[in-house]
Amino acid sequence: MTHTPHDLLDAVGELPQSPDGLVVEATGVHKYFGRLHVLRGVDLTVKRREVLVLIGPSGSGKTTFLRCINHLERIQQGRISVNGHLIGYREENGKLVEDRERNIAAQRAQIGMVFQRFNLFPHLTALENIMEAPIQVRGTPEDEAREMGLKLLERVGLEAKVDTYPGRLSGGQQQRVAIARALAMKPALILFDEPTSALDPEMIGEVLDVMKELAVEGMTMIVVSHEMGFAREVGDRVVMMDEGVIIEEGSPAALFESPREERTKAFLSKIL
Amino acid sequence: MRPRPALLVGAVLLLVVLLAGCASQNTGQYVYNWSIFWDSVLRPSPRIVNGIWLTVAIAVTSQVIGIILGVLGALGRLARFRPARYAANFYVWIFRGTPLLVQIMFLYYGLLVTHIYSWPDLSLLGIALPSAIQAGIFALGVNEGAYMTEIVRAGILSVDPGQLEAARSLGMTYPKAMRRIVLPQAARVVVPPLGNEFNNMLKTTSLLVVVAVPELFVTFSQLNGSGPTSFHPFELFLACAVWFLLLTTIWSIIQAVIERRLGRGFGGESPPGLFDRLFGRFSSSGGAH
Repeated sequence: MTHTPHDLLDAVGELPQSPDGLVVEATGVHKYFGRLHVLRGVDLTVKRREVLVLIGPSGSGKTTFLRCINHLERIQQGRISVNGHLIGYREENGKLVEDRERNIAAQRAQIGMVFQRFNLFPHLTALENIMEAPIQVRGTPEDEAREMGLKLLERVGLEAKVDTYPGRLSGGQQQRVAIARALAMKPALILFDEPTSALDPEMIGEVLDVMKELAVEGMTMIVVSHEMGFAREVGDRVVMMDEGVIIEEGSPAALFESPREERTKAFLSKIL
Repeated sequence: MRPRPALLVGAVLLLVVLLAGCASQNTGQYVYNWSIFWDSVLRPSPRIVNGIWLTVAIAVTSQVIGIILGVLGALGRLARFRPARYAANFYVWIFRGTPLLVQIMFLYYGLLVTHIYSWPDLSLLGIALPSAIQAGIFALGVNEGAYMTEIVRAGILSVDPGQLEAARSLGMTYPKAMRRIVLPQAARVVVPPLGNEFNNMLKTTSLLVVVAVPELFVTFSQLNGSGPTSFHPFELFLACAVWFLLLTTIWSIIQAVIERRLGRGFGGESPPGLFDRLFGRFSSSGGAH
């Protein structure tokens, strides 16, 4: 990539902030798929501007936990708040009941998500992909959304692909559009679900560059990824999950160099 | 080699005419009046023109009703809310499970004689809308909706579930995500079978003969039944067939345009153009795709 991204957050303006500096607060989260107990009491807090990297073997529940944070999955026990607001549920007489569709949608609008398989809208151009949600959800005027979209595409190095449909973009380009699409909603937090694992090796770098830039600029991020270089370089904290619980966490250096848990050691030896 | 429908139809028609010509020379029992055929095709009487417009208007209106009911039915069948699912399933079960002819008779005469509902003679924007036409459009539309429900449902299911998730993760509600993201993508899959459906619909309007709506087929039947052209079924129904063929051909042109437009962004092979559609795809590009 010839273009170095810069000022990604500057392109979207002010982001919503939590009063106490805590963006995510999860306590005692349990999740079942039928009889399968996939999350067995997850507690996690994420501070503003923090970059948290979630690792663990497949089936450990890391992706499921990520999807619970914006209520793409329901939880059966525990609570998750983002910026101080309970996600997906509201409290009635001390009991949690699922919130109304409209409220959940409004909460999701503040939580960006980047998917493993990009999930760009194939019937819309790169620019239209970015403009769609601000216009449809936030009611942003079209010219304003267009201006922001153009700025974002330029800053992820895709100013030449404005009118290109996703089907004609490479995986790395699609993922960069997807990040721009998430950013356009001015999210308080972005969730990355294995953002580089569907990419050809030569394209991983261009996506990680954008993510690193975001991290440096102070975006709050939770990243499910095994990209150790990324974690070391910009990660504030690495959290290791196994069998539906967090078994160990620490700074990237500490966790990668001297893991306490046997399971962490075994896992790291496989991926490093 | 792909089938070439227009060539095939042309050949068959030619064969029929030739055979008929030979037969007439041999027996001499039937006296051809080719001016009836040519007049009906090249200088159609107001009666025939009216029949053509009626066929087109009924078919288009019924198909539009069918599409709307089809989208609603498909959303119902895919809904999490159980009563919606049951209602949609029941609707499809009834209207796909009984003959259209029976539905037309029941909805017009059945409701009429019992005074459950008699269709009023309406006039919309200066156009007379007799009761039989309303009942006919209603029956055709509701019947079509049952088939469209299945077609639209298949279209929705063909869209990657990740699309709905991405839309929702951006803060769209389910209805908005459906309308803006899922249905436009489903449309691409729905249009080819929809083309079949409308092609059928143009011809199925003929069933309205049972409630005496003077559409294209009924008009030619009447011309054959009485008046100066009576008992010339060969010339008359050949002309009638030509008119139907013209209508369905125009529709395939329109369908090709729609498919091209919906194909934007999906790359790959473009849908066949009109020429290919009528005569099969000649491999001008060496046959490689």
